[in-house]
Amino acid sequence: MTGVKLLDFWASPFGLRVRISLAEKGVEYEYKEENLAEKSELLVSANPVYKKIPVLIHDGKPVCESLIIVQYIDEAWSDKGPALLPKDPYERAQARFWADFVDKKMYDCGTRIWKSKGEAKEEAKKEFIDNMKLLETVLGDKPFFGGDVFGYLDISLIPFACWFYSYETEGSFSIEEACPKISEWVKRCKERESVSKSLPDPHKVHEFLLFLKKRFGIE
Amino acid sequence: MEGEKKDSPPAPPLKLLGSWSSSYTHRVQLGLKLKGLSFEYFEEDLTNKSLSLLQHNPIHKKVPVLLHHDRPIVESFIILQYIDDVWTDRLPLFPHHDPYELSLVRFWSHFIDDKLGPAVGAVFRLTGEEQKAAVEEVHGHLQLIEDELREGHFKGRAFFGGDGIGALDIVVGCGSYWLPVLEEVAEVKLVDPERFPLFHAWLSAFEDLDDVKGIMPAPDRLLEYAGGVRQFFLTQGK
Repeated sequence: MTGVKLLDFWASPFGLRVRISLAEKGVEYEYKEENLAEKSELLVSANPVYKKIPVLIHDGKPVCESLIIVQYIDEAWSDKGPALLPKDPYERAQARFWADFVDKKMYDCGTRIWKSKGEAKEEAKKEFIDNMKLLETVLGDKPFFGGDVFGYLDISLIPFACWFYSYETEGSFSIEEACPKISEWVKRCKERESVSKSLPDPHKVHEFLLFLKKRFGIE
Repeated sequence: MEGEKKDSPPAPPLKLLGSWSSSYTHRVQLGLKLKGLSFEYFEEDLTNKSLSLLQHNPIHKKVPVLLHHDRPIVESFIILQYIDDVWTDRLPLFPHHDPYELSLVRFWSHFIDDKLGPAVGAVFRLTGEEQKAAVEEVHGHLQLIEDELREGHFKGRAFFGGDGIGALDIVVGCGSYWLPVLEEVAEVKLVDPERFPLFHAWLSAFEDLDDVKGIMPAPDRLLEYAGGVRQFFLTQGK
């Protein structure tokens, strides 16, 4: 099997990181939408440890875990497109640290905003805003987290932008009000084709969220 | 050692804040040793964290923290990648020449911290049926590593890194040497040589290396420490 195949789910922020990276590098690939309620044999055999998307299959060899895939794309196609990770080792370490922070924090408290109620919901909301404000200090006055160039940390966080409307609606708050710099950064990222062509409609994401809530019996 | 004498040569550019019992600290110490890098070591009392630690790792407040020209790098795996990125003229810890193998090193390192580590911690903390379930989980994870050694990309190698150890050996190894200690203290069988022959052989070979022996705390010190922590969990009645 040659070529590049991506096993993914349209609303997954983790899958979006990979789609954006492949677009940045100009790599052609076959997209396969996975039904997460009924995982395909291919997914289970390509990622037997976690059985999760995204999985990038390059010439028959599977690469799993979104941030690992993004780094793989940068290294395997180092001669194509822009470098996704910073060249400077210290900046690289910082980018890795904050991407790891996004991984550990954003998805978790975002999910808790819509899954929980009452005090737990308020706590999740507060944590989400606090984490975003922290990321704002990391961004500072730079156009992108990568500085002048859009890079690894931008790619790690921007996919969550299509979930912002859902978090805001479920949590009754405005991310633009709480974190204006992040909102501006989102707009800047969306000017890039790799981002604007990849991110799904936030309203569609919210529809999907409402479907999930029904399925989990929430509210 | 801590402290600077008068008229001493300028402080080395590398400083490591760590804890003697932390496998994450050991990862960095081993990585620095393999790269032939000298550094000043500062032992942290984790029950009374130093201002330096809190200043340099305000987000997680954890060891290890590497200071390079006083700039902090945190998270053991990030530190290992950092020293490999800076000192490219020395023995590489990561397989930079092979992006696919590099992705596997990252994947299995993630698996250790995400799955195996917490499962082993659970065995240590729990008793009775809950502990049995945790032991089963550890066995499941070890089986995945065993399968990878037998049939996967690293098949037939002395170590994950090849003839010598690399980053993945460091991550799996610094942590796995706790397993025999926990087996004794928690009275469970984790690394059954019959069930996991390749993993068992790999671990023995890893622990036998001079570089590793120089980093690992003495077995009786580990045993004493583990014994104390186990007692703590048992008296908690959890």
